[in-house]
Amino acid sequence: MKKVLTGNHAVSYGAMIARAEVVAAYPITPQTQIVEKLSEMCADGDLDARFIKVESEHSAMAACIGASASGARAFTATSSQGLALMDEMLHWASHARLPIVMANINRSLGPPWTIWTDQNDTISRRDTGWIQFYCESNQEVIDTMIMAFKIAEQVKLPAFLTLDSFYISHTSEAEELPNQKLVDEYLSKYQAETDLDPTKGSPAYGSLTTDQWYFELQIKMQRAMEQAYDIILKENDLFEKMFGRSYLPVEGYRTDDADYVVFVSGTIASTIKDAIDRARENGIKVGSAKVRLFRPFPKAMIREMAKGRKRLGVIDRNISYGSEGAFFTEIKGALYSQSEHPEIHGFIAGLGGRDVTVDSAYEMIRLVVETSPEKDINWQGAKL
Amino acid sequence: MVEIRFHGRGGQGAASACTIYADAAFRGGKSVQAFPMYGVERRGAPVQSFVRLDDSPIRARHNIYTPDHVIVLSETLMNTVDCTAGIKAGGTLTINTDKSVEQIKKERGLDGDYKIFTVNATKIAVELGLGSVTSPIVNTAMLGAAARVTGTADIKLLMECVAESAPSKPEKNAEAAKETFEAITV
Amino acid sequence: MAKNKYFVEIKSIDDLPTMAKTMGSMMVNETGSWRNVYPVVDKDACTRCGICWKFCPDVVVSEDADGYPVFNLDYCKGCGVCANECPKSCIAMIEEGK
Ligand code: SF4
Ligand code: SF4
Repeated sequence: MKKVLTGNHAVSYGAMIARAEVVAAYPITPQTQIVEKLSEMCADGDLDARFIKVESEHSAMAACIGASASGARAFTATSSQGLALMDEMLHWASHARLPIVMANINRSLGPPWTIWTDQNDTISRRDTGWIQFYCESNQEVIDTMIMAFKIAEQVKLPAFLTLDSFYISHTSEAEELPNQKLVDEYLSKYQAETDLDPTKGSPAYGSLTTDQWYFELQIKMQRAMEQAYDIILKENDLFEKMFGRSYLPVEGYRTDDADYVVFVSGTIASTIKDAIDRARENGIKVGSAKVRLFRPFPKAMIREMAKGRKRLGVIDRNISYGSEGAFFTEIKGALYSQSEHPEIHGFIAGLGGRDVTVDSAYEMIRLVVETSPEKDINWQGAKL
Repeated sequence: MVEIRFHGRGGQGAASACTIYADAAFRGGKSVQAFPMYGVERRGAPVQSFVRLDDSPIRARHNIYTPDHVIVLSETLMNTVDCTAGIKAGGTLTINTDKSVEQIKKERGLDGDYKIFTVNATKIAVELGLGSVTSPIVNTAMLGAAARVTGTADIKLLMECVAESAPSKPEKNAEAAKETFEAITV
Repeated sequence: MAKNKYFVEIKSIDDLPTMAKTMGSMMVNETGSWRNVYPVVDKDACTRCGICWKFCPDVVVSEDADGYPVFNLDYCKGCGVCANECPKSCIAMIEEGK
């Protein structure tokens, strides 16, 4: 059944059909609608979950950690400053290997105070040990909600998905709501490895670990991330078979015969397709590649996508101050070990919700096609 | 692709109007997108919201600068906001007012390359018991006008969507849409 | 670390659990070894209210057959919370070895 819903409500429905058992969240613009809807669903009995009211995002994640460790499927949603406040608990969740799922609205960090989109809130959570999905559309949001639980629970790592503030969170589109019976078939009840029942002589979790074993536990986390990459591919195959929609970690658009490829994430991945079509009409062999997965970083697919191209571009809606765009760094890093690396342009666009139009996307494509890169940051659409 | 911009005031329901309109167009087989332009929300402050409609899937995810159609929920908005900004040549401008097209053209010096329609949605809404004369609820009524002027949504489907999403008086809201739809000739 | 009956030996990364946890049970961790002082109750003054039982952060207080507190010294850390909370001030913290 297709319904017109906002991206925020797609998250709420996603949590509902994935049968989240504990929801703990604190409202923040532009995520508030997610929480409102979920609390309504819990109150109306549409979602058989415990809704825990908390006094901060830090507590929200702490509650999810407790819930997940005791065997419940836990979900939360936040944005920007809320995610930053949660930071300590984000590390806790991943080190404790708890498959919590979270939706984060990509909202720029303040000050200056802002509610519009860029990815710095999640990009700066790069090393928290969370699987990170960047979504392009409302449909992708709802589908990723379902897949995220399944992937996270297999590798025992938490996962979050992101939605661009307003461009997805508050935008209504028609979405296919996956059939509950089919979802139940795809995603069975969460079976926790941990156990918090003292009557069963439960162990203590997360207690002091000296240098004798801490290192090895870190290796286990990295192995889980590597395993997550394979599981993401496997789960996407199954999802496609059952629901007819596919989301690869790196997805090309008109890249088959392309001499030039521009990597991009989030909603710009959607807008740029119109610019690619325009360039194709002008006879330019160019394509775009959406990078949906940031952790684990899909190095193999990036290398495959870059192979044999004349020049590449990367559009980042984020900045690592003192360096460059985060996807730009990652993509260059993935290509360094290869025998050939094409020239590559790094663009930073759309910070703080600055609109990225088809025209501005076209301008970036033009620069990739016509010029050699001169610097690591090419500010696009800024008043310089 | 057809792009519509609604002008309203915070609390007037311009954003939900866009979602309802998109829903009706979707039920009529179109690809749709509806989104508000968020400023810092204040009750009574001018706001804008948008609808995109197409027969093929919509990929554009950026703001709308050159709408085909503009719907103005109350004429007084035009005192402070340039509601005609960016209207495409040959587009339309539909205003909720008790004035005639000629009158409003003259008073406000509207001479762009767009067609103007007026409708007294306030009167229709108040007569149906939607709000009061001082604070009428006109968003649902203006949806009927939008359907008529833009020809992008079926009035029956629109009434169905209005009734489903109205927080109260669903039939009256649907009726309001129908009355403005019928009040305008294109 | 003391090797009591709950102890599980880890030899390689493959023996490690997914998440850091006390192997087997928290009971392996005999926190009594941290203690400098230990609690002793004056039964004549004790009203058997159970407040010491309630407050002990290590859950080492239990009741004897008559309802008086008993302290499991394998795990009592000697923190003195019980003595501090006792409304009758009838728990004395005695230095180890004395
Ligand atoms: S708190 Fe004091 S009085 Fe109460 S049971 Fe313990 S020792 Fe006795
Ligand atoms: S000294 Fe501390 S650990 Fe020992 S019994 Fe009293 S409260 Fe418990």
